[in-house]
Amino acid sequence: MSALTTINPVEPFLRADRMPHIWCPGCGIGTTVNCFARALVESKLPIEKVAVVSGIGCTGRVAGYLHLDSFHTTHGRAIPFATGLKLANPDLNVVVYSGDGDLIAIGGNHFIHAARRNVDITVICVNNFTYGMTGGQVAPTTPVGATASTSPYGCFERPFNLPFLAESSGAVYVARWTTYHVRHVAHAMVEAFQKKGFSFIEILSPCPTLYQRRNKMGDGLDTMRYYKQHSVIRNGAHTREVDINLQGDIIVGKFVDIERPTLHETMEQQLREKLQDRYAGGGGA
Amino acid sequence: MSDAPTAPRARRFRGQVFIDWNRCKGCGFCIEFCPPKILAFSEEFNSHGYHPPYLAKEEACTGCDLCGLYCPDFAIFGVRVPMEG
Amino acid sequence: MILNNAIPQCVLTGAHFLDGDCACSEGAIAAGANFAAGYPITPSTEVVEHFASRIPTVGGVFLQMEDELASSIAILGATWGGAKAFTVTSGPGFSLMMEHIGYAAMTETPCVFVDVQRGGPSTGLPTLPGQADMMQARWGSHGDYEIIALCPNSPQECFDLTIDAFNLAEEFRIPVLVMMDECVGHMTEKVVIPPASDIKLFPRRYTSLPPSEYLPYRPGPDGIPEMARAGEGYRTEVTGLTHDEHGYPAMNWQAQKKLVSRLLGKIRNNLDRITRWEERGLEDAEVVVVAYGITSRVAERAMQMARAEGLQVGLLRPVVVWPFPEKRVRELAARVRSFVVVEINYGQIVHEVERCAGGQARAVFVGHGGGAVHEPEEILQAMREAAQ
Repeated sequence: MSALTTINPVEPFLRADRMPHIWCPGCGIGTTVNCFARALVESKLPIEKVAVVSGIGCTGRVAGYLHLDSFHTTHGRAIPFATGLKLANPDLNVVVYSGDGDLIAIGGNHFIHAARRNVDITVICVNNFTYGMTGGQVAPTTPVGATASTSPYGCFERPFNLPFLAESSGAVYVARWTTYHVRHVAHAMVEAFQKKGFSFIEILSPCPTLYQRRNKMGDGLDTMRYYKQHSVIRNGAHTREVDINLQGDIIVGKFVDIERPTLHETMEQQLREKLQDRYAGGGGA
Repeated sequence: MSDAPTAPRARRFRGQVFIDWNRCKGCGFCIEFCPPKILAFSEEFNSHGYHPPYLAKEEACTGCDLCGLYCPDFAIFGVRVPMEG
Repeated sequence: MILNNAIPQCVLTGAHFLDGDCACSEGAIAAGANFAAGYPITPSTEVVEHFASRIPTVGGVFLQMEDELASSIAILGATWGGAKAFTVTSGPGFSLMMEHIGYAAMTETPCVFVDVQRGGPSTGLPTLPGQADMMQARWGSHGDYEIIALCPNSPQECFDLTIDAFNLAEEFRIPVLVMMDECVGHMTEKVVIPPASDIKLFPRRYTSLPPSEYLPYRPGPDGIPEMARAGEGYRTEVTGLTHDEHGYPAMNWQAQKKLVSRLLGKIRNNLDRITRWEERGLEDAEVVVVAYGITSRVAERAMQMARAEGLQVGLLRPVVVWPFPEKRVRELAARVRSFVVVEINYGQIVHEVERCAGGQARAVFVGHGGGAVHEPEEILQAMREAAQ
C-alpha cells in the first residue's frame, strides 16, 4: 500500500465520536454530506472559518455531525441566525444546511428576506418532500396527490417550486440536483461557497422510511434509480418551469448565476456614502 | 487522425476500497453506482444485521471513489493506488 | 474577574435630556453593544431607531429584521460570531421572542432583550403603559430556566440598568431582560452619562485553552463554562437539545438533570449577588409598599403623603425583579403588618410577595389593567387600609 491517505475523505470533517448517525438506511442526507466534504476540500476554504448552521429536522442534524463550528438552532431560524453570525464576522464562510420543511415552511419568511437582502451565505436545502424527523408530515414541497401522515388522503395543496421562489426573492445562485448527481452536487457546492451573495442549492433526497414508503415508491435505491432515469439536466432553465410533479420528470441543473452586491456591501457602501469619515465600520468582533 | 491503438492502454492505477463493516446499512447505493459494477452484497452480515458490500473483482477497481461519494453512512471509500513499476 | 473600562468613543459622556428609550440605547452602546436586530413595535421602536443612527458612527451593525423571531435569533448568531448584541420589543413581540430566550438560556448565549411594556393582552394599548409582562418575563419560554430581569424607573436607570444587564449577561452567560414600561420609555429626563473610565464592563468569558483541550459546556468551579466564538478553530457544537459537555445532544434524563440543574444553579446559587432593590423608610415601617418601574415613582409620592398622615410606611422597590428579592421580603413579612403591592396589571408580582410573605403579613393589591399610571391617592387609600 502506498503512502496515499487511507482515511475516508469525509472523515476529517466528521465528529467521529458521534458516529453512527441517526439517518435511515437509504436516506440521502449522508450522501450530501460526502459531497459537502469534497466541496470543502476542493474549494480550499480555510476550515476554521467555515460555520454550519442547521435548523431542526433530519437534515438539521448535519451540523451536529460535522467537525466544524456548528450551530443547531431553532426550527426555521437557521437563516436569521446565520445572518447575525455573518454580519458579526464577515470573514466566516457561513453555510445553512437544513431541510425543506425547516427552511421553507416555518423558515419561509426568513428565506425570502435573506435572498432579498443577498446575505452572503450558502443555503443547502435537502428536499425529501416531507417532515422526516417528526414522522412524515405534509410539507410545502410535497407534490399534489402524495400521501403524508397529515394529509392521509393525499396532499391537496400546490407545493412551492423552490428554485423559482429563490430566484424571485433575489438569490444570485440557484441550482437543483438530486442525491444521484453526486459530482454535480459537490461542484455546485464549490461554486456556491465561492459565490458572493445568497446561494441556494436544492438537493432532492429519498426519505425511504416515510415519504417513499407511504407513496409506494420503493426504497432509497429505487428512488435513486428514479432520479437517474427521470432527471433532465437543463442548465439555465427558467425557474418558473421547474415544478416537480408526483411521478414526472425532474428538471435539474444550475438555473441562476448572477452578480449582485451583497448585504454587507450595500450596507457599507450606503453608510460610507452618507457618513463619509464619520463611518466607523461594522464593528467586527 | 492518428491510427487507433491496437493494444489496450496499460493501466497506471489500480483501485482499492475500504469498508467500515459495521457502519454499513445495506442501502445498495455503492453496488448500484459502481461504474465497473464490481461491488456486491456479502453473505455475512454486520452487527446491525445488514449485508455490507465486498469487492467482488478487485483487479477491476479503478479507485474512482464513487462508492465513497454515494455512501450515506460513510462506510466505504475508494482510493487510487499507482501500479508498481 | 477583572473588569474592563468602557470604550470612550462609545460613551456619550455628559448631561443629557433623553427619553428612556434613547437612554437605554445609549446604555447599550456604552456597554459595548455592537450589534442589534429589531423590528418596529410601539413603544420600543425609538431604542433601535436611536441605535441605528448612532452605531455606524461608533462601530457596529443594526439590521431591522423581518420579524421578532428573526431579530431574537439574529442577535444570538451575532454573539456567537463575537459581537455583543441585544434586541428590543414590546408585548406582542416579546411573546414571539420567547422561544429564543429559552434557546439563549439553553445554549448559554450572553445577550440582552429589552421589553418596553404596554397595555395588553394582544395588541392592547400600544402607546400606553402596562406592567403585565412580568410573569411572562420569568416563565414565558417553555421548560425550566432562570432569568434575570431589571426594571428601570427613570431614563437615568434605563441607561444604567442596560449596562448592568449586559454585565450580568456576560458574567452568567445568560439572556438578561430589561423590563421597561411605556411611561419610563417615553419620559424625558436628565440622564448623566459618566466618563468611560467610570463604566465597568464584565468581559466575555472567552477561553484561553487551545481547541484540543477546550470543552464548550464544561463548567468552571462557578458552574459557568468558558466560551468560544466561531472562526477561531474551536469547532464547537451549539445546540438547543439537551447536551453534554461537548455540546453533543444527550437524550436521557441523567444528562437533563445535570445540565438543567447547572443552568438553574447559575442564578439560584448567586442570589445574594444578583438580587437588587431599593428601600426607603423600612426601619420602622408597619406597611411596606412594593412597586417597580414607573409605579414606584408614584408609590414614593404616596409614601410621603402617608408619612405626613402619621402612617409608618416604607418602600421596597425591586430593581432586579427576577430573581425576586425573596429573602428580604421574608424578613420584612416577619415584622410588618402588611405589604401594599402596586403594579399596572391585575396581579403579577403580588403573587411573589404573597408567596414570600408566607401568610405572616397581608398583601394588599392595587392594580389596574394598564393604559395609565396610578394616582398617588389610590395607593394612599390602600396604605391606610393596610395599616389597620
